[in-house]
Amino acid sequence: MSAGTQKLEVTLAEVVEVNALVKRFRFVRRDGGEMPTFSGGAHVVVEMRDGGITRLNPYSVMSDPRDRTCLMISVRRDDVGRGGSLFLHQKAKAGDQMVISYPVNLFSLDLRARKHLMIAGGIGITPFLAQIKQLAATNGRFELHYSVRSQALASYADDLRDHHPEHVRIYHDDQDERIDLDTLLDGQPLGTHLYVCGPKGMIDWAVKTALAQGWPREAVHSEEFLAPQSGQPFEVTLDRSGKTIKVGEHQSLLEALEAAGVDAPYLCRGGACGQCETDVLRHEGKFVHRDHWLTDEQKSCGNKIMPCVSRFEGKTLVIDR
Amino acid sequence: MSKFQFPKSILSRPVYDTLQARAGRAHLMVADAEGAEALLDLAKAAPDLMAKSHIIYIPKGAGFEAQLAALRPAQLRVAPSFAAVAPRLHKALADAHMGLQIYLAGTEGLIGQVMQAAISAGYLASAIQGEHRGSVARRVQCVHCKGITEDVATDPFVCAHCGLNLFVRDHYSRRIAAFQGVCIDAEEPGQVPPAKELYA
Amino acid sequence: MTIQFKDETFRDDYTFRNSDWAIQRFPFPFHEDSYMYSVNLEPHFSLRPGSVFEKTFDVDEHYISEMKDRAKVLADDPLRCQSLPHMTLAGWDLLELIMVSKARDYPDMFELHQNGDKWHWINKPLQIEQKFTFLDETTLPCGPLEYITRQAQGDFALLDQRDENLWMDAGMITTQADWSLDFDIGMNFYEWHAPVPFAHELGIFQRALKFLLNLQQGAPVRRLNWTMTVNPLLDTSPENYHKWGVQKTTLAPGNVGEKQHLRVELQTLFRLPRSNAMAFPIRCYLIRLEDLVTVPKWGRRLHRVLRDLPEELATYKGFINNRPMIVDYLAQFDDGGPTSPGTYPD
Repeated sequence: MSAGTQKLEVTLAEVVEVNALVKRFRFVRRDGGEMPTFSGGAHVVVEMRDGGITRLNPYSVMSDPRDRTCLMISVRRDDVGRGGSLFLHQKAKAGDQMVISYPVNLFSLDLRARKHLMIAGGIGITPFLAQIKQLAATNGRFELHYSVRSQALASYADDLRDHHPEHVRIYHDDQDERIDLDTLLDGQPLGTHLYVCGPKGMIDWAVKTALAQGWPREAVHSEEFLAPQSGQPFEVTLDRSGKTIKVGEHQSLLEALEAAGVDAPYLCRGGACGQCETDVLRHEGKFVHRDHWLTDEQKSCGNKIMPCVSRFEGKTLVIDR
Repeated sequence: MSKFQFPKSILSRPVYDTLQARAGRAHLMVADAEGAEALLDLAKAAPDLMAKSHIIYIPKGAGFEAQLAALRPAQLRVAPSFAAVAPRLHKALADAHMGLQIYLAGTEGLIGQVMQAAISAGYLASAIQGEHRGSVARRVQCVHCKGITEDVATDPFVCAHCGLNLFVRDHYSRRIAAFQGVCIDAEEPGQVPPAKELYA
Repeated sequence: MTIQFKDETFRDDYTFRNSDWAIQRFPFPFHEDSYMYSVNLEPHFSLRPGSVFEKTFDVDEHYISEMKDRAKVLADDPLRCQSLPHMTLAGWDLLELIMVSKARDYPDMFELHQNGDKWHWINKPLQIEQKFTFLDETTLPCGPLEYITRQAQGDFALLDQRDENLWMDAGMITTQADWSLDFDIGMNFYEWHAPVPFAHELGIFQRALKFLLNLQQGAPVRRLNWTMTVNPLLDTSPENYHKWGVQKTTLAPGNVGEKQHLRVELQTLFRLPRSNAMAFPIRCYLIRLEDLVTVPKWGRRLHRVLRDLPEELATYKGFINNRPMIVDYLAQFDDGGPTSPGTYPD
């Protein structure tokens, strides 16, 4: 459960195959009401009941914020992941009843920007789809540079190029087309903001390049959905109930808490927002901190953990839940 | 040296840095009076920086023009006052691109006013470096008439616009580039404590 | 229910009066016999029918008079309402929030008819009818923030969320307890709270900010803040302090009950959907002490709170000089008896 986000009871109205790796899912409200509007860059957390396992995965909302009839996400199939995308690709079908969270935005546009410069890698295009629709409706200035594996896997590239021929450029990996970021960044007008969404390597490269050219850190925005990485199973004692639970190899601590019926807060489920921050009361062992939230000092102190992505190796772990 | 140690104060009171060379495509430096010494220190620490820098200097009689010229910056403009050089500054900012680094040195008033110009040109405030040198006099905005009195060195003081007796607060606005002045004798008209020097 | 709107003034002749209904529902802020700062945020859901917490935006008998006073303040000083250019979208979010809420909560007074982006708003108490296109500023007589807050009681600040902080980048501020929008606009959460004594050292603002950064759509929160004012003056702005400050010296032992007012701010915070900004309404309620003490628990408690309040807080809240006189007056209503926990009358 999440303290502070509302839930929406929805029907999966439509599943569309975008290409060999990507499917689009359209959700409508079960009660026939309007979907909440949102700011471009927002995501929803989709609850999936897969046999005995409940998965909660965040996905960027790609639809037009002005379209109140539905919310749409696009999901890239990940054959080696923990199964969330596989569930959606292989088991979810039109007519299914599901639950999604209200939109939450941890990757919003800086509306002061004189220009929004967007770098997308693969499925990282999804938040930009909503943001571009939002900016187009308000005459906002943007430019998108979108790196794809191949033409066949260039989700929504044709659409983007058709609607914004002057402001969209596609780079095909298999044709050796690479974003020349150094040249691209050089000479951008004062007040430009840079947004990057894609694999970690791409984000690190973009941030490093911009900072080396003297861009301020606050002008560079990125979103990377850290999927919880697997690791050694470990045991945790929950101080409030006295229960001891086991966190499985492919299960995050947050998911183990939820499976045990503990109502732990969360928002992004990706180690970025701080909402799930949990106090550690006692431990004998070492932490595997994988979040972007705790300070280095907090990580070395060992009295806090972010259950959505971080893990533990050792004999004893007692947390305040 | 003329580095004043500002007493610790409230969170809206600006805190100044020591200028550091930073990676960037262009470098704009603006200083007044003893602020030139901070630029000279910066040049010693980063000799290659000056050849790429545009320096604007307002001497106010402090006399560092020749020393700054000896740094052989890409451009050096010596101006008689901030008001006189403001149009040139605004043009430089309007022509600027991402990758510009801004280094400010001297009085709080100079630092604040250049920061104000930079922010309105789309520059992010947090990226501006400012090192205080020289006079600790302040620009103070009268919260009542909105007029700004320059070079306020005592507390209380008389608003140069509306004549009210104002006490000087540490509450500071980047947008207005001034500290706040509030009527000191509103509750007991005429009861004005003797003026003391700031930081006395 | 039908509200009997008053025609009263919050300046000059001060004809403001609370009816018995208003006195009974006054948001008394103290749940115990002493006061210190805390992050006293709680969910803003409907509570206690008839109370100020029942509706999303409470409308009371002072509505029309307060809007008239606001109009006067703005005519005299337009800088009380400002919106930095990037906050127009947040202004529209707020307009929607207020119109939808008022039409839902007070259908006999407010109507909102929406046909796609063509909206039709009817405000019966203020006799306003407006047709406009949502998100198109050219179809309203002024910006959306100013337009709707000229019809809503209380001050409204709009906070942009950037760089792990909140920035006060727009507001309609005419009933403030002594802070200047014109000066503070553009500041972040720590900066605009900088003058508050103690609270930073207690970590209040760090905890509050962390909580607020994660505030979500559909889950607003609220808290109460308080101060003291001589006379029911709404416009206690720094801009006019050189005119109203002297009123503090008109307090005398014989008029404390009538002139000294407890001033409570019901502050709420809402996540705004299209802009991802935050709305921060600050709704001001005034009560003269002689009305407040008609609730015995409040009389006892307020005496104790003010008597024991740290000097720095009484100074910051602007009543240090009058405190002895106020505490003396309230002492007669404090028999030393027990007071129940919580803020509501027994």
